[in-house]
Amino acid sequence: MVDEKIKAEVRNLNFYYGSVKALKDINLNIAEKKVTALIGPSGCGKTTYLRCFNRMHDLYPNNRYEGEIILHPDGLNITGPDIDPIEVRMRISMVFQRPNPFPKSIYENVAYGPRVRGIRKRSELDERVEKSLRGAALWEEAKDRLHDLAFNLSGGQQQRLCIARALATDPEMLLFDEPTSALDPIATAKIEELILELKKEVTILIVTHNMQQAARVSDYTAFMYIGELIEFDKTEKVFTVPSHKLTEDYITGRFG
Amino acid sequence: MPEQSIEHIRSMIARHKLWDHIFAIVGILSLMVGILTLLALFTELAIEGAPRIGWKLFTSFPSRHPEEAGILSAWVGTTLIMLVTAASAVPLGVASAVYLEEYARKNWLTAIIEINVTNLAGVPSIVYGLLALGLFVYKLDFGQSILSAGLTLALLILPIVIVSAREAIRAVPGSIREAAYALGATKWQTVRDHVLPYSLGGILTGTIMGLSRAIGETAPIITIGALTFIAFLPQSPFSADFPFVSFKWLMDPFTVMPIQMFNWTSRPEAAFQHNAAAAGVILLVMTLIMNGIAIYIRYRFRKRIKW
Repeated sequence: MVDEKIKAEVRNLNFYYGSVKALKDINLNIAEKKVTALIGPSGCGKTTYLRCFNRMHDLYPNNRYEGEIILHPDGLNITGPDIDPIEVRMRISMVFQRPNPFPKSIYENVAYGPRVRGIRKRSELDERVEKSLRGAALWEEAKDRLHDLAFNLSGGQQQRLCIARALATDPEMLLFDEPTSALDPIATAKIEELILELKKEVTILIVTHNMQQAARVSDYTAFMYIGELIEFDKTEKVFTVPSHKLTEDYITGRFG
Repeated sequence: MPEQSIEHIRSMIARHKLWDHIFAIVGILSLMVGILTLLALFTELAIEGAPRIGWKLFTSFPSRHPEEAGILSAWVGTTLIMLVTAASAVPLGVASAVYLEEYARKNWLTAIIEINVTNLAGVPSIVYGLLALGLFVYKLDFGQSILSAGLTLALLILPIVIVSAREAIRAVPGSIREAAYALGATKWQTVRDHVLPYSLGGILTGTIMGLSRAIGETAPIITIGALTFIAFLPQSPFSADFPFVSFKWLMDPFTVMPIQMFNWTSRPEAAFQHNAAAAGVILLVMTLIMNGIAIYIRYRFRKRIKW
């Protein structure tokens, strides 16, 4: 189903919140430097699935993974019990649903990832901050106020700042969890444009509630329903000739 | 709508609004009971103490002659003890709070610890005094010293510091922690770089509230054996020789403001009552200043951080 080089291979992934099984036997390949969208009604497990990729579930007790997510090229098993989640998070970045900048300056927000990686040299930090802000299309707006508090930015700018923060660590994969659900249409358009730009460099996985958004930005689309992967194919195909009745009902707005 | 029912609705609204007014008046009266009492108390103290309040009060030791008696040893003692209390209660309290909030697994054991910490805040202070008498004064052999007193008050306010620090830490949204963890930060990096700096305002406020309770405590201090009459100062924390700071003062005997006041009020001479009132005013002002600082800190941090 995926023609391109594969960045991550999900094999029989199950996930449990305590005794509740939230993901059921998911098998899915993520194409390198493409955008893969996860769609489905609320509670279908798409966010749960996304958060497996950077082991966010490890932050809370009683969560359990089964199965594998193999990250290429080195074949690291992301959900492996002996793999340190921090190692995974060093390679895979995440942008959250609501902009969540730190109450620090714009500069410090972007520089935090590199700092955690032990970079102390001012010149190198400066360089990374500029590169990431340019990458997130925020440099022109922010260059004269790098030491302003991030909270003084607008919602859309804050979300782009969060993208810049995620880019500053040179991630191999970028996870987006409904990144535009708290933004107005203009800010949303900017973020979507940005995602199309970013996929030239990095593999992107995006959860979205907005079907048009999935159709606009993604190359592949996965439709999930109550913890199961119902359909996964090229976006074009999913939206024009879905092979599953449930998918068709969902994308035509009959439920969800 | 018929005329009749509009009249009816209007009279009903009027009746309901009457209760609004009645409650507003009851509320104001209740508020006044508290405020006026405090104000009356303070005014009376101020008037009675006025003739004694002055530079000389601060620079004189207690004396048999009321006009010459001052609170030098008392305010120095209080200040030094507050230093010891803050220096021991803050690190212990903050570390406990961080552990409980960020590290500890939520199970029955931590639940019991939590309940007990909250309960400790309600333990009568004299009980802490007795504990400290046995533990610090005799067992650890710190004697009837500034160190013992500071540690005793630290124990007393530790629950307050822990509870307020936990509240401040809990007020940092989970999304901020997730943002830090998602960037690859460890737990300690997240705590050091984010959770603590963002909750510092609340932690400091709680600490100062705790200290302003400790500053007025008398019972536990008497229990561990504070002197009621002391006409010398502890050794200076600064010394002429290397390393220029000295901690010998920790082991010196002491008195504190409330004890000095108690001592004066129990004297038969009326003149000493003026001294007690003057000391009371100073103590109240010290407490008010501390609370003022706490409010200012909270305001400053709130302005910078909006979640």
